[in-house]
Amino acid sequence: MSDGPESLHLQTLSELSAGLAAGDFSSRELVDLLLRRIDDNKSLNAFITITAEGALAAADTADQARAAGSGGPLCGLPIVHKDLFCTAGVRTTCASRMLDNFVAPYDATVVANLANAGAVYLGKTNMDEFAMGSSNETSYFGDVKNPWDASKSPGGSSGGSAAAVAARLIPAATGTDTGGSIRQPAALTGTTGLKPTYGRVSRYGMVAFASSLDQAGVITRSAEDAALMLGAMAGFDERDSTSVDHPVPDYVSLLDAPLKGLRIGIVKQHFDDGLDAQCAARVKEALVALEGRGASLVEVDLPNLDLSVPTYYVVAPAECSSNLSRFDGVRFGHRAEDPKDLLDLYCRSRAEGFGPEVKRRIMTGTYVLSAGYYDAYYLQAQKVRQLISQDFKQAFDKVDLIAGPTAPTPAFALGEKTDDPITMYLNDIYTIGANLAGLPGISIPCGFSDSLPVGLQLVGPHFAEDVVLRCAHQYQSITDWHRQCPENFR
Amino acid sequence: MSLSKQQVQHIAMLARLSLDDRDIDEVVEKLSSIVEFVDQLQAAPTDDVSPMAHPMNQVQRLRADAVTEPNERDRVQQNAPSVSDGVYLVPKVIE
Repeated sequence: MSDGPESLHLQTLSELSAGLAAGDFSSRELVDLLLRRIDDNKSLNAFITITAEGALAAADTADQARAAGSGGPLCGLPIVHKDLFCTAGVRTTCASRMLDNFVAPYDATVVANLANAGAVYLGKTNMDEFAMGSSNETSYFGDVKNPWDASKSPGGSSGGSAAAVAARLIPAATGTDTGGSIRQPAALTGTTGLKPTYGRVSRYGMVAFASSLDQAGVITRSAEDAALMLGAMAGFDERDSTSVDHPVPDYVSLLDAPLKGLRIGIVKQHFDDGLDAQCAARVKEALVALEGRGASLVEVDLPNLDLSVPTYYVVAPAECSSNLSRFDGVRFGHRAEDPKDLLDLYCRSRAEGFGPEVKRRIMTGTYVLSAGYYDAYYLQAQKVRQLISQDFKQAFDKVDLIAGPTAPTPAFALGEKTDDPITMYLNDIYTIGANLAGLPGISIPCGFSDSLPVGLQLVGPHFAEDVVLRCAHQYQSITDWHRQCPENFR
Repeated sequence: MSLSKQQVQHIAMLARLSLDDRDIDEVVEKLSSIVEFVDQLQAAPTDDVSPMAHPMNQVQRLRADAVTEPNERDRVQQNAPSVSDGVYLVPKVIE
């Protein structure tokens, strides 16, 4: 890496923070450079809204705060937000026609916490509509290109956040993860994606998809940066009724504790048929590397793993159908022209405002909750969810972490899976379990399969973000996969 | 189990989604494939298992029944498609 300001885009948050502290460059210079990069790379379609003016003003404020010695831990550092976090005065679309013109009257807690820590946000990223998708192809604003190969999907639903971080347009981006929506795009773009424990980060101001599964997290280029971001985002929030009042440790200070004695669980079902052979090989190499750092590998069993995807596709649509009933064409969002009566207003506003995948999920959820089918589908899925959760609990009696692949294949072609919802859903087979059980998980790059990045997933018990981040950081201290940059974005 | 056209039309009405006749065959096919896929849950033995509504099996936290938010009607209604004198406008419901 050269030292000139032209290479600032390659630096991590931690490196940029040191540079700002040393006075090597100002936040304004940094933000200005990244805004130009974002503008130069619009063909990726990673952004829905760019907030240049607000970002430059916030950068000036951060520079003044730093000069006065009063800046927060992220003072002047550039980030972007997934476009389902409400931002006061700036539109929040959820990549849906329904919210094309929606301007939230308040900031999400995540947005406010990061702003209070001094971070400067440059825009809102593209995503699958209402976070429902695994390829970023359900966005009303078009698909996002994978920086490693523009014909490939960046994954989803946080596809814009992942692509922006991978393409070195921004060092860190917020995301949300309901079934893998941070970890899977991180795997497919060679970035680091952290989904915290359910309740660790406030959901206030995050447009709801499935409330018992949704959790906010980050996509960065290192576990160290994820630790830095999580420290600023996490914490109890009385405005989120499922926020958990649990102390927030200084995650960065815990990264270097030795791995010696750490027991890592290997799930035999993870290496069954569905996994791409090269992905399996890369993950196994990573496990050997962790063993070399003093961790021990222990085989564990998740006997109900195969049921996690069908369980999710009952629970998540059920909650989605309930949450999305708020979009009625009356109080906010898209409204159909010339409704003939109130029912017509509801039905056409919703049919016009939502895309096909969102409608499918609303209808699936409506069906599994409807009279006569509730017990057979919804109640049964909640019971199987309990079994899946118990499987993890038993595994964590024996091990400190579970390690395996994040996704069954590297990035797939845009358009390849859009005709068959089930094939698309199965992409989340390794990630969904952590959402059903509320566990923290991270995906970090561990090599390549035919020039496309492969992700290693680490999942820990509730509130073990420190252990997950420590293991990821130490893997990154002996490898440089997380530093690999796609050729056109150096 | 595959769904009939009538069932799908009923679900769409419950969900307040108008369904175009042109799209109905595709919607029936895709929804049926999803229902068939989740049908594998039926075989799981769950007789003595309690349903899980929260990922840590926690109960809902309660707060004091006190007013904590200011009245921001005007600001909130800036997002409404149609308002007048502080109320939302909809097509006539009662003749």
